[in-house]
Amino acid sequence: MSEIKRLMSLMTGDEKHSAAATSTLDVIQVLYERVLDVSPQRAGDAHRDRFLLSKGHGPMAYYAILCAQGFFPEDWLTGWASWDSPLGRHPDRNLVPGVEIASGSLGHGLPLAVGTALGLRAQGIGSRVVVLVGDAELDEGSNHEALELASALELDALTVVVVDNRSSSYAVPGRIEQRFAVEGWHAVTVDGRDHDVLEKALSHREVGRPNAVVAVVEEKK
Amino acid sequence: MSTSNPGSNRVQFTRTAAGLVDADLSVALVYAEISGQFFGPVEARHPDRVVNVGIREQLLVNVGAGMALTGLRPIVHTFGSFLVERAFEQVKLGFGHQGVGGVLVGSGGSFDVAEGGRTHQTPGDVALLDTLPGVSIHAPSTPQEVDAVLRRTVAGAGLHYVRVVEQVNTRSFPEARGRLHVVRRGSGATVIALGPVLDAALAATEGLDVTVLYSSTVRPFDGRGLRAVLGTPEVVLVEPWLAGTSSRVVAEALHDVPHRLLALGVGREELRRYGSPEDHVRAHGLDAAGLRRSLDGFLGAAT
Repeated sequence: MSEIKRLMSLMTGDEKHSAAATSTLDVIQVLYERVLDVSPQRAGDAHRDRFLLSKGHGPMAYYAILCAQGFFPEDWLTGWASWDSPLGRHPDRNLVPGVEIASGSLGHGLPLAVGTALGLRAQGIGSRVVVLVGDAELDEGSNHEALELASALELDALTVVVVDNRSSSYAVPGRIEQRFAVEGWHAVTVDGRDHDVLEKALSHREVGRPNAVVAVVEEKK
Repeated sequence: MSTSNPGSNRVQFTRTAAGLVDADLSVALVYAEISGQFFGPVEARHPDRVVNVGIREQLLVNVGAGMALTGLRPIVHTFGSFLVERAFEQVKLGFGHQGVGGVLVGSGGSFDVAEGGRTHQTPGDVALLDTLPGVSIHAPSTPQEVDAVLRRTVAGAGLHYVRVVEQVNTRSFPEARGRLHVVRRGSGATVIALGPVLDAALAATEGLDVTVLYSSTVRPFDGRGLRAVLGTPEVVLVEPWLAGTSSRVVAEALHDVPHRLLALGVGREELRRYGSPEDHVRAHGLDAAGLRRSLDGFLGAAT
């Protein structure tokens, strides 16, 4: 973890980071270190697992972990979001190795993940598709279109992890999990900072049902 | 040259699309209830590659883009108003910004659903898509052209929009890699008919010494073809979507040629009328008589 913090500090300039940057840190770290079957050597392999960062703002944790995994050199981190840097305030799949989707505008990642899961299934590829959305991002209606279809089509290769830092207006505790459950997903709410708990929840697969993990990272202030 | 059966362009699209799904394991078809009456058999044969997403147009576009991210070639279809206008950010980001391709097929167009009113009409689709870099736009005008353009774009690469409407031209033109066809050659002005307005343009120019060009390829525009045949420096653009949509590309093609341009098309004002497609064509001055009036005014002003 100290290594990831050091890499993040190359972008932020200090050891304290904004909520947007760190709320996703533990989830992404657990995914890349313990869950996903993906590596720089397999970046072009059709059978790699896919991680789609839908919540594209505050991508420092994502960049730090991709860098730690060897997708790009460390010196990319300094000077990020400058003219000459491929690392922007929102990630671009056409500029950054290992980045599966270009994101930033909210509400696109989960629908793209549904299409990705469908595309893989149509080709007989059993790889997993994990998409990270924010709790406020989930307010976008496009996500609700996607979560209904994903269960109807039994997309069991799909996992949505909702990083819940209670940033959504009108949020009701527990409702995110209920929302997925009522549509037929397997859904759990877990401590979004506990790596063992996250690993268990994110590794879960169930025949015929997509998987939703609500990772609670902090209370609304 | 062949006679078209009016009303069959959309049926031809569904028939060709089904054949492409049957023939090629890398082709997928995504739709949102619309045209489902035609897709039942192919969906039953290929349930993994033919997906009805329900009435979810934002999802529709991004599901197609997600499939493209895995290497499939998606055909994405619903009414143009929902495909392009409702879900425009999905087109812009899901396909454009991700840098993946697919074939978007919109039906309905500017007038097909005249009785349905504004909600189901999209005279602005071409202009809106024209804001995206690199998108190819096609307006096939007969079932033969629908079939040919769909086969070519699905087999090809990049992002395409195929505008399938029930207004037809009498003649079909073969694929010419987007080049303008010279339908009639004269020594005066040049009339460019894009999409299913050629019959009206030919009737309107009867007896006039003008050149008439036609293409079902709207973008990229064949500027070289226009320059190659340009006689007098009068250009008349006829397109069955927002008037002036292609003025930009004509201006670019003739940037160093002093010229006058008359851009005819669908007016910007919402008519709040129902009726038939023919009523709307007439109301926007896109029938032969209306075009002739505009031509006479424009060309008369030149003398």
